[in-house]
Amino acid sequence: MSVSNKKGLDYWLPKLVVSPTVAITVIFFYGFVIWTAVLSFTKSRILPQYEFVGFDQYVRLFLNDRWMGALTNLLVFGVLFIAICMIVGLIMAVLLDQNIRAEGALRTIYLYPMALSFIVTGTVWKWLLNPTVGIERFIRSLGWDSFTFDWIIDPNMAIYTIVIAGVWQASGFVMAIFLAGLRGIDTSIIKAAQLDGASLFSVYTRIIIPSMRPVFFSAFIMLAHIAIKSFDLIIALTGGGPGNSTDVPAIFMYQFSFQRGQLGMGAASAIIMLMTVLAILVPYLYSELRTPKNG
Amino acid sequence: MMFKKTLMAMALGGTVAATAQAGEVEVLHWWTSGGEARSIAVLKEMVQDAGHTWKDFAVAGGGGENAYTVLRSRAVSGNPPAAAQIKGLEIQEWGDLGFLASLEDVANENNWDQVLPEVVSDVMKHDGDYVAAPVNVHRVNWMWANPDVFENAGVEMPTTLDELWDAADQLKAAGVTPIAHGGQPWQDATTFESIVLAVGGADFFADVFVDHDAEALESDTMTQAFREFKKVKDYIDRGAPGRDWNVATSMVIRGEAAMQFMGDWAKGEFTAANMTPGEDYACLPFPGTQGEFTFNIDSLAMFKQRTASNSEAQMKMAELVLSPEFQETFNLNKGSIPARTDMDMSAFDSCALASMDTFKQTANSGEGLVPSMAHGMSTTSTVQGAIYDTVTEFFNSDMSAEDATTRLARAIRAAQ
Repeated sequence: MSVSNKKGLDYWLPKLVVSPTVAITVIFFYGFVIWTAVLSFTKSRILPQYEFVGFDQYVRLFLNDRWMGALTNLLVFGVLFIAICMIVGLIMAVLLDQNIRAEGALRTIYLYPMALSFIVTGTVWKWLLNPTVGIERFIRSLGWDSFTFDWIIDPNMAIYTIVIAGVWQASGFVMAIFLAGLRGIDTSIIKAAQLDGASLFSVYTRIIIPSMRPVFFSAFIMLAHIAIKSFDLIIALTGGGPGNSTDVPAIFMYQFSFQRGQLGMGAASAIIMLMTVLAILVPYLYSELRTPKNG
Repeated sequence: MMFKKTLMAMALGGTVAATAQAGEVEVLHWWTSGGEARSIAVLKEMVQDAGHTWKDFAVAGGGGENAYTVLRSRAVSGNPPAAAQIKGLEIQEWGDLGFLASLEDVANENNWDQVLPEVVSDVMKHDGDYVAAPVNVHRVNWMWANPDVFENAGVEMPTTLDELWDAADQLKAAGVTPIAHGGQPWQDATTFESIVLAVGGADFFADVFVDHDAEALESDTMTQAFREFKKVKDYIDRGAPGRDWNVATSMVIRGEAAMQFMGDWAKGEFTAANMTPGEDYACLPFPGTQGEFTFNIDSLAMFKQRTASNSEAQMKMAELVLSPEFQETFNLNKGSIPARTDMDMSAFDSCALASMDTFKQTANSGEGLVPSMAHGMSTTSTVQGAIYDTVTEFFNSDMSAEDATTRLARAIRAAQ
């Protein structure tokens, strides 16, 4: 009797402890995802209403010039941001991995930008990049009168300033992930390779980096979702301008749902963003998580 | 649960009715900056003097987007505040949804129809009933100029568009930034609508921004307006993109720039810098729009209340909002002019007097008074957003004026 009671408690307690979290996640995450999906098929304007119009909102969305511009910007920003962060992060991690002095201090310095909010990063870079007060003016005051660095006011280049600020913020974090990955590799393999006469370069390119596949995977996931949901950085840095040249889907979604009384179209854009994330992540997750089982 | 609530409401209603008809008004607004907060505090005192309780519900954020989001969630959950700072066509949208309370009794008692010009009362009415009370009238088509800068460059202040470009050329040659501009979509749109008014006149403005008449939208006049608008770009400085309007105003104050095109809320910045209108700074109608008035009216819309006592407090507040005392104090602080046209204006400065003159004149003659597109008076937020997108895209790219005309017409059609 007492045994079965004890077993019962052991069995129920973990479930009981976890259940509030599960309930909250189901309602406030999946529940609202479903609600958003439902809204995207209605003609909701300033308030939700349930008059269904099929795919009308999606059609209107893709006929909107600004939405197409936002998607292009996301593509440019996402690809550059993820690629540069990975490269810079990896290089910094490898360099820090050479048993250098004051590694702890350097690691902290590189990680610090991550401790700032994107709003702070955006505001500081806005001032640095502004040609009338920032870098351009500083260099000119040193005597290079023709120096020009005005990407932030050039509609064709402004999206790259977002990449600069984003990379500055996130690459230290990527470095930390890679560094942890590097430290996790069995040193005996490296020693064996060195005994066989492999150079340091080929040890990295042939052994260490290939064996860090899961680390690349997690870094990619982190960066991809930062890129797709990026909103605060752009609001603080350029406000989506000049014009709409740095507009991204997250800003579009916010403005249409909450400022312009087009909840239906805003919901449709949110669903497209979700689909984008899923389209990238699901195949990747599938291939990554499947291999260990087979292998 | 439901039953309990009803019981509680009944009990509450009972006690309140038994003691006095003192109700509570909860006011959602975003008048949070210095002068604005002082202005609304006046209303709070007046409501309290009338024996009711004031519950302040200020949600910061200049454009009101945050407040607007809060308001919607409150409305959906069936618990809207008594009054909310809603303006222009949004009043109609809320009215259509059935949330707003009729103010007809208060309005009739206090002759609102007589003291308010028809253009103002039209905005405040839904289906013929007053549902909102106007607190002020802003004029948008102003030009704020620094006379010293003009004098030093030996340039006269412009009164037509051609003179404007002449003056701007000379100012540029003299080494100052002719036009202080903030490159944000709403500021681009504010300048653009003044230029449309200057190029096409008030009737054309109404055809385009109120009726969205297809012929007017695709006309050569529209293309001409876009062409003139693009000229602004030659006379602004490189730091303009993303700049806030008050930073642009401070450029005029410091004499770095000669003029700014902005509504009369800019006056607050000059006042804060201890400058006197007519001496230290000049307020002139946007070149080519003398005798025309683009209005932007702030208002408090009244939501249906659950208890009789709260409704009564709400009606009292609506009455107070239009009282001459409140209208005077509020607008002295805010830089705008009262919505009532029958007031003693002796306390106001020369800019406000000029504004009031044009307002009365245009309201009486019915010519030249137009609702501001850039500030949500002429069209729904959806269409307004579509116009913003095209205008700011045009201003910040090398799109031709012809293309811009076509795209604007298309965007407005798609948004309707």
